[in-house]
Amino acid sequence: MEEKFINLTLKVWRQKRGEKKGKIETYQAKHISTDASFLEMLDIVNDDLTIAGIEPIAFDHDCREGICGMCGQVVNGYAHGEEKGTTLCQFHMRRFKDGDTIFIEPFRAKAFKVVKDLVVDRSAFDKIIQAGGYITAKAGGAPEANIFPVTYETGELAMNAAECIGCGACVAACPNASAMLFVSAKISHLALLPQGRPEAAKRALAMVRTMDACGFGNCSNERECENSCPKNISITNIARLNREFLAAGVLSTAM
Amino acid sequence: MNWLVRTFSCSVAKKQFMAVTGLAFCCFLTTHLIGNLFVYGGKDAFNAYVEHLHALGILIHVAEAGLIIFALIHIGMAIILYFQNLAARPVRYKKKSNAGGRTLASATMPYTGLFILVFIVVHLVGLKFADHSTTTTFDLTASVLSQPATLVFYIVAMVVVAFHVNHGFWSAFQSFGASHPKYTPIVRGFGILFSVVIGVGFGFIPIALNMI
Ligand code: HEM
Ligand code: SF4
Ligand code: FES
Repeated sequence: MEEKFINLTLKVWRQKRGEKKGKIETYQAKHISTDASFLEMLDIVNDDLTIAGIEPIAFDHDCREGICGMCGQVVNGYAHGEEKGTTLCQFHMRRFKDGDTIFIEPFRAKAFKVVKDLVVDRSAFDKIIQAGGYITAKAGGAPEANIFPVTYETGELAMNAAECIGCGACVAACPNASAMLFVSAKISHLALLPQGRPEAAKRALAMVRTMDACGFGNCSNERECENSCPKNISITNIARLNREFLAAGVLSTAM
Repeated sequence: MNWLVRTFSCSVAKKQFMAVTGLAFCCFLTTHLIGNLFVYGGKDAFNAYVEHLHALGILIHVAEAGLIIFALIHIGMAIILYFQNLAARPVRYKKKSNAGGRTLASATMPYTGLFILVFIVVHLVGLKFADHSTTTTFDLTASVLSQPATLVFYIVAMVVVAFHVNHGFWSAFQSFGASHPKYTPIVRGFGILFSVVIGVGFGFIPIALNMI
């Protein structure tokens, strides 16, 4: 696609560090290449703001190649922008037309406090992982790779779930700010593999309880999460979480 | 005992309570619809069906008690979930778009549910607990539904139930974790079909009563 230059109006959420309230500010993004990524566009706008003596817009990012899970904003009402299966850093300005107005807001959830502007604190996800998103294995030399038989199909399902980068877009997109897609991806990728089975019941209970305690909402099966997830994590994982939870709660000896 | 409280108070368990009770209501709707079809057989056939139903005696009371308990659970959980979900996002988006998962039915569950509750109260007061001493169930129903406002309210309520069940049916299976590449498409399809049958089936009964 041919490179073009466009001008945009941005409606950006600004919130000072340590303050509970913020507001939408309007800025002009001038002469933006359609080849720029969304974050590069913000970099350009931040240069202009700095020159004009305005505090640049704070936002999270790291790898900028769609693998780390650091970036994420709600752009025109879509977590990570409108394009499917794409992180914000891989979302490009060719998706916009000259003269467009773009709303840019932070991921909104009680469990994700705004740190500053578009930066939110996602450490609630770390708490959920600490509650059980791991296996207890003896460290040491790598065991023989084929010691546990895993079928190709099961391996694929586990790998699909393991693709979750923990970005939090599922929470941002959910009408209830539920973290079920994230938690289900983590529970699934371990529950599907033999190494994850011994602790599966304990893990399901602990991770769901921690998720609740962090203040996330409840799943209503609205499916907004899987439609916003940059890694296309499927809600079949949520179904797996639900049955892992039921089995753990009713059938297992885990308290 | 502590584990019981800890497990059943979890978000996932609450949804599973919604799911069992919701599916039980779907069973109730099915039997209720089949019974109501006797309307098409005319006054005598319908009254005979009502007689038979009442002749079940204790069984009917057990079923009624079950429905009341299930309704309390379903509504109780709905209220808790609704307010928890509101609290989970204290600051709303200035602009929010639909990413493609939400449907009219799924987005309106709390409101269609509330409407159904109002309908159930009106329905029970108007028909079940009304004075049957001087009339038959058929005549009573026909006279209640001959009032235009009631007629419209009943038909709208049945459309609302159809919406609620349209999302609720497959959602209940998902909440239980019943998801399978072979069966989930069937469950989804059946849920849509079921909601249409419920909406059209119940919706036409008040109309038919006015024509018979
Ligand atoms: C004929 C009556 C009813 C039927 C057949 C029915 C059926 C269902 C079913 C099958 C579900 C799905 C459960 C799940 O996703 O796990 C559901 C959810 C729901 N119901 Fe009902 N229901 C009825 C009445 C009501 C009433 C009276 C209310 C409220 C006052 C209500 C409020 C809700 C709400 C809010 C949900 C969504 C819960 C959530 O997803 O978080 N329902 N219903
Ligand atoms: S499930 Fe998808 S949207 Fe949610 S945290 Fe993982 S990668 Fe992000
Ligand atoms: S910055 Fe790493 S995924 Fe976007």
